[in-house]
Amino acid sequence: MNHPVGYNADHRLRWTEWLPWVVALAVFFLLPDYLSLGARVLTYILFALSLDLILGYAGIITLGHAAFFGLGAYVTGILSAKLGVNDPLLQMLCSACAAGLLGLATGALVLRTHGLTQLMLTLAVAAVCLEVANKATPVTGGADGLSGVTVAPILGLFRFDMYGRTAYLWCLVLVFGGWWLIRRLIYSPFGAALTGIRENSVRMHAVGAPVYKRLLTVYTLSAAIAGIAGALLTQTNQFVGLNVLGFEPSGELLVMLILGGVGRLYGAFVGPLVFLIAQDFLARQFPEYWYFGIGLMLVVVVLFARGGILGISDAVIARMRRKA
Amino acid sequence: MSAALETRGLCKSFGALTVADRIDFRLESGARHALIGPNGAGKTTFVNLLTGLLRPSSGTVLLGGEDVTALAQSGRVKRGLGRTFQINTLFRDMSVLDNVALGVAERHGVAGGFWRPASGQRAVREESLELLARLGIADEAGRRVLDLPYGKQRLVEIAIALGLKPRVLLLDEPAAGVPSLESERILQALDSLPEDIAILIIEHDMDLVFRFARRITVLVQGEVLCEGTPQEIADDVRVHQVYLGERHA
Repeated sequence: MNHPVGYNADHRLRWTEWLPWVVALAVFFLLPDYLSLGARVLTYILFALSLDLILGYAGIITLGHAAFFGLGAYVTGILSAKLGVNDPLLQMLCSACAAGLLGLATGALVLRTHGLTQLMLTLAVAAVCLEVANKATPVTGGADGLSGVTVAPILGLFRFDMYGRTAYLWCLVLVFGGWWLIRRLIYSPFGAALTGIRENSVRMHAVGAPVYKRLLTVYTLSAAIAGIAGALLTQTNQFVGLNVLGFEPSGELLVMLILGGVGRLYGAFVGPLVFLIAQDFLARQFPEYWYFGIGLMLVVVVLFARGGILGISDAVIARMRRKA
Repeated sequence: MSAALETRGLCKSFGALTVADRIDFRLESGARHALIGPNGAGKTTFVNLLTGLLRPSSGTVLLGGEDVTALAQSGRVKRGLGRTFQINTLFRDMSVLDNVALGVAERHGVAGGFWRPASGQRAVREESLELLARLGIADEAGRRVLDLPYGKQRLVEIAIALGLKPRVLLLDEPAAGVPSLESERILQALDSLPEDIAILIIEHDMDLVFRFARRITVLVQGEVLCEGTPQEIADDVRVHQVYLGERHA
């Protein structure tokens, strides 16, 4: 269902909203060979949730969200590989704060603009971050990336094992936390105000809403969540490379979210799942042409299903109800 | 006593084009005042200057005696200035209730809350529903605005502004584009507005203006041509020349 938010909305959990968590736990117990792919999917779900919050709800267009993801990834990487800070919670906190600060600083500029200008500015921010990481070789490892990341046991209790069980559950816990927070937020008056800004910012100004402040708040929060997703990527891969920054991961994330469905909360679950599994499958079957398959999927979705995969399922359910 | 809304020497130019030229204007509290003028006279620009959407090149805007020239829109709204738009400016994909509730929540100071659900804001919901009932569109509360007929959308436009509990209300062509059958409902809504609100209406429809307004200001090329009671304006030769003359020639 497309989730209506606002003062009319029923904010109680529907049974379908438990499905992602049931599936995630089922994967843990039934598909132990796929836990590293699973952790990757979960990481990108959290990243996509952070994008959906600003793009789907607040209507902020961005092609540079990887700046925050990448910064989070590098902060955790540098803390561990260069400074010997290996506590996963501390790494996570530092990544979130750093990405949030970058979101606040760049958002202060980006959110004063609209449309194409905004898009270009977000792209520029991501490009600058990529170039900084590329040139600051002593700190970031440059094009070689940063290896030698180690992660201490979580709370001193749960060691990251070689089968990726701890990593998977760690990701699951953080995605759950992020989902819970974002879900509360979009059903709140603040979330309704964001939707109002997306629908008509002129009118939001005219009813006395502090539009810029609201946008900056949500942009900062979204950046911090993206930073946490970045930290997760470093912790589960124990490596950071330049591929977490710049246009490509930002664009890929956007593709994932559009595939799943924008502004639906659960599009951020479906999109990365389909994208990354397709990528995994296609890259093995057709190592040279796998991007073709992804491209084809995107073209089909954009041409025939503007609401993404969840939009298709909505339409199917609606048709079945009409027949019943 | 200070006027509900007043401008002194208000000017606005875009490059060489002057769209507001030394406008001195007073809107008394509880007024029913109309602003008329031919197309391109600068009526909507004047409204945008009053609300803070545009910054004047020079001059001042006073709201209840207080200089608000430097204030942004939200600051003026908090001080009791509400407006409607000539072209529907609604939250199209949201419910009618939400359209009103967004503004009501801002006024109640609860719109920034991000933890508790919006649907739990009883006071906001009830006040919004009451307002919709007063305008006769309570039945539509749950419908999406874009599914409503145009005439009802115009009522939502007014409802949003009323939700701000304004002391001064600027109505920018409230009946624009509404078929005459439905415009009667909008007139009724306007007639039923609380007496203590000072209302400035910008309108092209002369029947509506002469029925509603007790004072009229005529704006031509960014300047105030004259001001008076409807009878005085109807009898004014200059007005006939620049404005009514075109219609009744």
